[in-house]
Amino acid sequence: MLKAVFHDPLYLGLAQAGAAALAALVVVLLARRRHIHLEKEVVISMVRGLAQIVAVGSILLLLLREPSWTSVFLLAAMIVAAGATSARRAKGIPQAFQVSTVAIACGAGSVIAVMTWLGVIDTPVTALVPVGSMLIANAMNTNGLALNRFRSEVLAHVGEVETALALGAEGRGSVAPYVQASFESSLIPAIDSLRSLGIVWIPGLMAGMLLSGARPVYAAVYQFVVLAMIFAASGLTALVSTLLVRGRILSPAEQLLLRPGNGR
Amino acid sequence: MVPNKILVEDATFAVESGQTLAMVGPSGSGKSSLLRLLNRLDEPTSGTVYVDGVDYRQMAPRELRRRVGMVMQRPYLFPGTVESNLQFGPRQRGAALPYERVEELLTAVGLGGYATRDVANLSGGEAQRVSFARTLANEPEVVLLDEPTSALDEDAKQGVEALIREVVAKRGLTCVLVTHDMAQAARLAARAVVMAGGRIIKSGLVKEVLRA
Repeated sequence: MLKAVFHDPLYLGLAQAGAAALAALVVVLLARRRHIHLEKEVVISMVRGLAQIVAVGSILLLLLREPSWTSVFLLAAMIVAAGATSARRAKGIPQAFQVSTVAIACGAGSVIAVMTWLGVIDTPVTALVPVGSMLIANAMNTNGLALNRFRSEVLAHVGEVETALALGAEGRGSVAPYVQASFESSLIPAIDSLRSLGIVWIPGLMAGMLLSGARPVYAAVYQFVVLAMIFAASGLTALVSTLLVRGRILSPAEQLLLRPGNGR
Repeated sequence: MVPNKILVEDATFAVESGQTLAMVGPSGSGKSSLLRLLNRLDEPTSGTVYVDGVDYRQMAPRELRRRVGMVMQRPYLFPGTVESNLQFGPRQRGAALPYERVEELLTAVGLGGYATRDVANLSGGEAQRVSFARTLANEPEVVLLDEPTSALDEDAKQGVEALIREVVAKRGLTCVLVTHDMAQAARLAARAVVMAGGRIIKSGLVKEVLRA
């Protein structure tokens, strides 16, 4: 329907964005009826997301002919931005930004580096940046889930943790069950994506490869490659972030710093 | 602990070895916050605590907490058996309680024969007794009791109170009891401090302090 009205690709794109945003706003209104207020967060996130992706698209266009090493700076900037975004899910956890950035750099960064070295990810900017950004974005989501779950678990079990401390337990051991639970739950989306690949969803990368003339089997296998890399990057990120974060919520005197009322 | 908010200040007091001191006062008066400072679950921003004349910041926190045990308002038992809960403290130091010692502790809290029971099946009063025995398993010199009967019904409360009186006397423990119940303070303690607004406003022999 929109294509019949808009002939200019830019206006068509904006109209399509508007239609998709409308669907998201319906959800916001439905949530509002149940007294869940998502308006501000969703609207800001959507406007930001649109502005960011248009900006990055423009930068990519400029970088098309730049040498591959420029990707390193772009990916590094993405890792820092991802660290800042997922740290917001960890209210009250000291140094959450530092923990998130280091975890995403270790998780997504190391997988990108090794896979590029092996030749699994191509080196031109147009290949490395989009695939790298997928790994970083998924690592960011996993990290946000891990930190958010860890925070909720610890806050829900302050009594148990402090009882263990009061009985002479080591701080890290006292929060260990919650490290485990948050690590496991943060990986559910990545595992489910792998499990349902091709059955529930055919991701955009494969569709794009098919449209640009790649052989269907290669496009399918490469999609699996990407999801396996996403799982590796997410898993490593969650592992590093949950290990780092448990040290941040305990003082040197083995006191629990994350307690109700301490949230910033 | 709320950042930048003073919860307790100007609190100087001493507890004699083998004595029970009650901290009384209304909700929010700072008595539980003060108790948490005594085994360093919270860090004092100024001042310190001396245990046997030694500044407690010079002790390893885990050893301090073994010597100054705490029984919380709610028992927070770890999933598993009663015995595994009693073994928790010693296990942190790489030790294990012999079975006879487990039974002896359980008998002391009126729960002889409960060692293999699953803690999920205990009543509120029984759980609090296990919590007390678990603290005693660390062989503390001091026990801090934070409203130990406030979550219990009247029968269970009387039982736990009698148990505290007996165990503390028998083992010669030094005890600091936080309670909002003046009558309970009078029944269990020799001395008392009264707190209000984060400060100690009165202290002395329990009968004199609570009569006024």
